[in-house]
Amino acid sequence: MAITVRFFASLRERMGCEQVVLDSQDIGTVAAAWERVAGDEALPANLLMAVNMEYAKADSVVRDGDEVAFFPPVTGGGHAC
Amino acid sequence: MLVEVRGGSFDPWRELADFQRRMTGEKRGKYGATSIFVGTMRDFNQGNDVRTMLLEHYPQMTEKHLHKIAIEAVARWDLRDVLIIHRVGKIAPDETIVLVAAWAAHRAAAFEAARYLIDELKLRAPFWKKECLPQGERWVSSE
Repeated sequence: MAITVRFFASLRERMGCEQVVLDSQDIGTVAAAWERVAGDEALPANLLMAVNMEYAKADSVVRDGDEVAFFPPVTGGGHAC
Repeated sequence: MLVEVRGGSFDPWRELADFQRRMTGEKRGKYGATSIFVGTMRDFNQGNDVRTMLLEHYPQMTEKHLHKIAIEAVARWDLRDVLIIHRVGKIAPDETIVLVAAWAAHRAAAFEAARYLIDELKLRAPFWKKECLPQGERWVSSE
């Protein structure tokens, strides 16, 4: 009965850990998972979200066993080109 | 089709030559155009010297989305083959960050597909860059 929440890049540093495992009870959406890990801090507007490695939205459904991830905008490819 | 996330440095020109050499008989003689994008690390960014860079990614999600992008390109254009290699880990100036290539019968498809591959990669593949400057570290922002 668990949901794994992962953080990447600057958010990982700010949260001080790579992942948190939550009891899935009462976590029905991505926003609810965020609330559980971040407390009163509102979901940053530019933060990206994924459920089971697919891009998701704050109101996307989260089920037991899912992997939720939060991360800043991606910056792959050439050097800031 | 080859999509790969690479932990060590690579020579894009050798990768291209090797990949093309490995193409099977049915593809040989069938492409007339190859379009390539190579992204290389600079030693400067936004007015600062950059010593090294750390490329972080979301393992498995990265590969999943690079594959999706490659498959989309193949569905959209008449391509003979597609190659994407992206570096992760600690990287130094002059090293290759990314290589994308598209092989097609004609140049329009090859150019457009290669552009699509790199543009979509930048938008959707979960990679993040952290620069190491003489003054300290900073995350590269997407703006």
